[in-house]
Order: sequence, then structure tokens, then C-alpha cells
Amino acid sequence: MLYDIFIGPFAEFDFMRRALVGIVALSVSGAPIGVFLMLRRMSLTGDAMAHAILPGAAIGYLVAGFSLPAMTIGGLVAGFTVALAAGAVARLTVMKEDASLAAFYLISLALGVTIVSLRGSAVDLFHVLFGNVLALDDDVLVLLSSVATLTLLTLAAVYRPLVMECVDPGFLRSVSRSGGIVHLTFLGLVVLNLVAGFHALGTLLAVGLMMLPAAAARFWTADITRLVLLATGFGILSGYGGLVVSYSGGGNLPAGPAVILAAGVLYLLSLLLGTQGGLARRLLPRAHLQR
Amino acid sequence: MPAIRIDDLTLGYDRHPAVHHLSGEVESGSLTAIVGPNGAGKSTLLKGIAGALSPLDGGITLARGKRLAYLPQSADLDRSFPIHVYDLVAMGLWNAAGIFGRIGFGAKGKVEQAIAAVGLTGFERRPIGTLSGGQMQRALFARLLLQDADIILLDEPFTAIDARTTADLLALVQRWHGEARTVVAVLHDIETVRRAFPQTLLLARESVAWGATDEVLTAANLLRARHMVEAFDSHAAPCERDAA
Repeated sequence: MLYDIFIGPFAEFDFMRRALVGIVALSVSGAPIGVFLMLRRMSLTGDAMAHAILPGAAIGYLVAGFSLPAMTIGGLVAGFTVALAAGAVARLTVMKEDASLAAFYLISLALGVTIVSLRGSAVDLFHVLFGNVLALDDDVLVLLSSVATLTLLTLAAVYRPLVMECVDPGFLRSVSRSGGIVHLTFLGLVVLNLVAGFHALGTLLAVGLMMLPAAAARFWTADITRLVLLATGFGILSGYGGLVVSYSGGGNLPAGPAVILAAGVLYLLSLLLGTQGGLARRLLPRAHLQR
Repeated sequence: MPAIRIDDLTLGYDRHPAVHHLSGEVESGSLTAIVGPNGAGKSTLLKGIAGALSPLDGGITLARGKRLAYLPQSADLDRSFPIHVYDLVAMGLWNAAGIFGRIGFGAKGKVEQAIAAVGLTGFERRPIGTLSGGQMQRALFARLLLQDADIILLDEPFTAIDARTTADLLALVQRWHGEARTVVAVLHDIETVRRAFPQTLLLARESVAWGATDEVLTAANLLRARHMVEAFDSHAAPCERDAA
């Protein structure tokens, strides 16, 4: 009985195994990125970037149909363009980076939806926006795991200055010129992971698997290393939980949203029960200054 | 050979000068206080020396091969970031370790020594968000210790800090002075300056006086400095000396 619910689907169906592998790869690379986005107060930047990659992917789709390389390259180009343009506008004009990013991603999103609609059907649009985690072929899995590998190696390489840039950017500037490069590298990783996530979960949900586990983890620990590990674990757990629920629900529960909802449930539980500033700890009466 | 040479320096923001036509030298191994009224350009000058602000005119020359450390007034430090005191202090090893360098056993000992030197032993595993203002300043001084710099710039290091912490940190400054490092500090408390700093620059956008502390901090000079800042009009016509 329990086997049928928790293991059976994965033992029996290839597409379920593939979905799980894809989600694990996404969690391993996306969750640490999400942790840093959150700590740098850039959570909404991730969201904006997710929208920004849409027109690129759409142009790739327009040119080559559902072609993995075309949509990937398109998404990367669009993501980097918006990131750099928003940064440049913030530096050269009075506009702050968040406002200019909002402007660019809104334009980008409208452009993307228009382009997809020009040629494709509503089903295609749905696929681009929400992905299809149950239809991951070998190429996508290779892409997801390559991105995960590249992300982890890059993060390991820039970890020290990246943390310093978050804690004390002024200090990093005073001892090194690496701050700007580190920031750009990090934005590059964000775009890369969103483009990877977009194939599995679509542009709108890709950012969910990045931010929700990170935000949930913050309620349990105040240590950066544990945050990263816990967020990764939460990501994998949400992926597994979401897939199981979606499978048990028959064809009625779409897998992608189920995964993000599972992450959402984890977040809400953490918000309530978390030991680091969770609601229950705040509201429950306890003796004076007792932990 | 001076540690810092300043030539006809003008620093400012949006073309409004905050430091105007300043010239002078900071001797190597000297201990200098910069004092002056609010808005006199003290912090701006330190920023300029640290290289965080480029001069509008004139220049700053640092002695060749000297390493510089700079502690800004209110470091744009994210105190909510989940990192321990130990790791914050260890950042001071950047020059020795860089991006990839290993922080080995020797370096670990150094970090612990620095933490002990500022009296924070036992606080190593505390998140920086739980430190008081004085403890935070102690941690930042420990980081400065590890930076092992030849020239140390401090911007109001003792502001909003209790007497005991000030005394402890001042002792560190004295220790740096004893080690022949060049220290320049922006300070408010004239008594501290008289007691502990042999050299003083009295700044009021321009230099009012620069030299031995007792010759600089006269009542007449302090009064003049206040008048000069009050009289300064940021909408004035461009500097006549520039036009000449």
C-alpha cells in the first residue's frame, strides 16, 4: 500500500523517474542560488529574471519550434540582456535597479507572450509558461545536470567573495576589485538556472523551486552552510512530494504546480513552526527570556 | 618618504566640492587625527585616500607597495547576514588568502589571536546580528588587525561606543603606532585627540592647520574652522582659484 504510493510510481514509470532526476538536479543548483538571492534581498530579482527570459525562449520557439538548443540559447540571451540593461540603466540614470528591472521584465513578458501567440496555440503558450515536468527527455536531463554541475563548481569558486559581497560590499571593494565580476557571475548563474528550470517547470514556476526552499530554510537555521544544504534538501523533498501527490491524484493534478505547491506547504510549515523566528515561537507564551 | 602625499586635492559629489585645494603630507609611521566641524569634508577626505572616491582635481599619492586598510564610519555591512564573528574577522585574511587560498592552521591561530586582542574571545560562533555596537566595532578592529596594513584609515571609530571599548580600541591604535604603521583617524572628541594623537589636521573643506596637535588645536583655529564651514555657500560661483 505505502509502496504503491511512495515508490511504485517511480519503479513503474520511466517518466516519473526522469521527472524526479530533473527536479533533484534543479534543486541541487537552484536552491543555493535561491539562498543567495534571498540573503542579498534580491528575491524579486529572481522572479523578474524568470519573466525576462520568456521572449528569448519564444523567439527560439518561433524559429525552430520546440527545439531545446534554440529555446535555451534564446532564453540565455534574453536573460543576460535584461540583467545587463537593468544594471546599466541603474548606473547611468536616476532609476534604481529594482525599478528598471521591473520595467524591463514587464516589457519582456508582454513581448514573449505575444511572440508565442503569433505562431503557437494556447497549448504551446501553456507549455512555455508552466513547462512539463513529466516530459523530460534525455537532452533536457543532460542540460539540467550540466547546469547543476556548472553552477556548483562556479559557486565553489566565487563562494568567498560572494559571501563577502553580501555581508560587507564596502570591505570587499577596499581589498579587491572582484566585487563587480562576482556580481555578474552570480546574475549569470541565476539566468542559467532559470533557463534550465524553464524546460521542466516553465518560466513562471522555475523561480518557485529556487526561492521557496531557500525561504523555508531560513526559518530553521542562521548559518549560511546549513541554509544551503537545508534548502537543497527542501527542494528535493518538494519535488518528490509534489510528484507523488500529482500521481496519486490521477491526471487531474498537473505535476509542475504540484511540486511548487509542495514547496509552498514546506514554506508555510516552516513559517509556522520554524525555530528561527517562526510564528509559533513568537506567539506561544513562555517564561521570561527562556529559549 | 611620506606615506600619503596630497597635492592641491579637490574632492566632491556632483561637482560640489567637499574638500577644496588641500595639500600636505602624512609622514610614514605617524599617528594623525583629522578633526573639524560637521560637513568639513573629513569622511570625504578619508574616502578619497582609500580610493573609494576619485578626485575632481589634484591628486593623492600613496607610498609605493604600502597596503591600506579602511574602516568607514558606518560600514554598509549587512548585520542580518547569517555569518559568525569568526568568519567576519577572517575576512581580514583576504590579502594573504585571496579567492582560493587555504586558511590553514597558522591562519586559524591568527584569527583567534585577533579576536582575543579585541576582547571577543568566546564570541567566535556568535552570529554578527547579535553583537552590540561596541562588540561589532571590536570585531571590525580584529579584522583590521588581520589585514596587517601599513596605512590604516579610521572614520570616527569611537562614535557611539562606551568608554571602556574606546579605551581598548585606542590601545590597539597605539599599538599600531608603536609598530610604525601609519594611522589616520577622523575623530570628534578633541580630548582624545590631544591625549593620544601627536599629529592633527584641522579641516574645514580646506586645511585650517596641519601639524603638531598642540599647535593645531588652538581656540583661535577651532573658531576659524567653524566660521569657514558656516560661511561656505554651496551655490557660490565656481572657485576663483580654478578660474585663475
